[in-house]
Amino acid sequence: MNTSLYQNAVVERSRHPRFAGHPAVFDLHGRGANPLCGDAVDVFVTREGMHVAHESHGCAIMTASADLMAGAVAGKSPEEIAALRRSFETTVKTGRENPELGELNALAGVSEFASRIRCATLPWSALAEALDHG
Amino acid sequence: MVGETMSATLQHIDIAAIREDFPILSQQVHGKTFVYLDSGASAQKPRQVIDAMSYVMEAQYANVHRGLHYMSEKTSDAYEVVRDKVAAFINAGSRDEIVFTRNATESINLVAYTYGRTVLKPGDAVAVSQMEHHANLVPWQMLRDAHGTELRIIKITDSGEIDFNSMEEVFADGKVKLLAITQMSNVLGSYTPVERLAKFAHERGAKILLDGSQAIVHRKVDVQAIDADFYVFSGHKLYGPTGIGVLYAKAELLEAMPPFLGGGDMIASVSYEKSTWAKPPHRFEAGTPAIIETIGLGAAIDYVQGIGFEAIAAHEQVLTEHALATLDNIEGLRIIGRAQDRGGVISFVMKDVHAHDIATLLDRQGIAVRAGQHCAEPLMGRLGVTSTARASFGVYTLPEEIDALAAGLQRIRKIFA
Ligand SMILES: Cc1ncc(COP(=O)(O)O)c(C=O)c1O
Repeated sequence: MNTSLYQNAVVERSRHPRFAGHPAVFDLHGRGANPLCGDAVDVFVTREGMHVAHESHGCAIMTASADLMAGAVAGKSPEEIAALRRSFETTVKTGRENPELGELNALAGVSEFASRIRCATLPWSALAEALDHG
Repeated sequence: MVGETMSATLQHIDIAAIREDFPILSQQVHGKTFVYLDSGASAQKPRQVIDAMSYVMEAQYANVHRGLHYMSEKTSDAYEVVRDKVAAFINAGSRDEIVFTRNATESINLVAYTYGRTVLKPGDAVAVSQMEHHANLVPWQMLRDAHGTELRIIKITDSGEIDFNSMEEVFADGKVKLLAITQMSNVLGSYTPVERLAKFAHERGAKILLDGSQAIVHRKVDVQAIDADFYVFSGHKLYGPTGIGVLYAKAELLEAMPPFLGGGDMIASVSYEKSTWAKPPHRFEAGTPAIIETIGLGAAIDYVQGIGFEAIAAHEQVLTEHALATLDNIEGLRIIGRAQDRGGVISFVMKDVHAHDIATLLDRQGIAVRAGQHCAEPLMGRLGVTSTARASFGVYTLPEEIDALAAGLQRIRKIFA
């Protein structure tokens, strides 16, 4: 079976996320929800050092994407994050990996599953919401 | 259609011959044999339906009820014959009790909008169960908000059956005037005891509307034996085309109902000031109907009657028992819904694997299942899950396809182990 998307990084990060949790103290909060499937992700941002934690209630793709995102944005500025989000969205839509995305390339395979691209991008909209409106 | 050959497991039905009738089933998906286990969402179409619809467009088409010319008369006949077919199919007392709509959803909305806003009075209550499709919940919420009726929810048991204690409570004060309830859950696969429900409602002065969307595909329905006041279904789940649905209602109910939509075909006479309504069923069929689709539905009914409901039900039972036994053997898999009387719609969840990941990974193996909330979001909450995966069967489903599903699920379990 073609399971390239569900390679180890995605399954591993969804089963054992490194940045999961609801911190007691944080500066900004954003939420992404997909009414079609009921999946939802909350992100909590500590501005100092751009630490992101997430609480994911959803599929492996969404959870892994949230966790990989939290790792990728650590220490970055909001402008750098906005640029990274654009590159990431291009990659999950086209399937073309991009060296600047590092670990996030693990989700490039989602491009083959049109109905699942939203799962990968949802945490990024939640983070954008946090950074824009917090 | 039912030939002499007997498959080892399915003595009731010549499944190989049936599969030949469905052109789409011989396709490959992602390079794999196509295994279609999503008939509960919409069924595939047999050649007979496809041909009937092509024939109308190629050889026998004009608008209906309007032309004095040959083609219009021929087409009107072909269209109206389907009304007789549907009436016979569900044993309606008369052809005039059959209203054509777009789908089950529209049929329910029609009842909510017309019967609901006239016969039902503010303060009357409509009762639905916890396991309704949104199609049989939202129209009653809209009626409540527009007209001041109450909406009450009948509980289901943990196994997925109607809780008759809850029924007693909901009906206790005599305010319930309409029980709108499914004949088969599109999530749990449970059949409801429709005769008992109808008797229960009638004894308490309420009418009953049955959502037959799922049940009509698997069981012989006799609206008079059930004593249903309203019965709705969609053509597309019954191997017919999309765009055509049915509302059955007892003649005296239809007679008292005002029109739903206004326009051509539904009037008796029109002046600039006012119009009078045509008699049922035409009163409820404004505008040019889905002529081609209706004729397709007629072909679909001929098709399932050619196989026969005895054979269809026996086949479904074999498949369902096989599926329950096979899926129960998969570690970490939990079947949602354990009703005594249940059919070929099976929802399940797997430990540590989200339903959407199941569906995507099965799809890559050529296996189509549905995942999500199945248009029954409140039911998901009642069941304590956010979503489920669902396999549903049709007349063409093979036991081997259930085995393929099980093998696919085992592979998924390994990926997430
Ligand atoms: C039980 C039930 N009711 C109603 C519907 C609505 O059918 P349609 O979308 O064809 O109107 C469905 C279809 O999913 C169903 O399964």
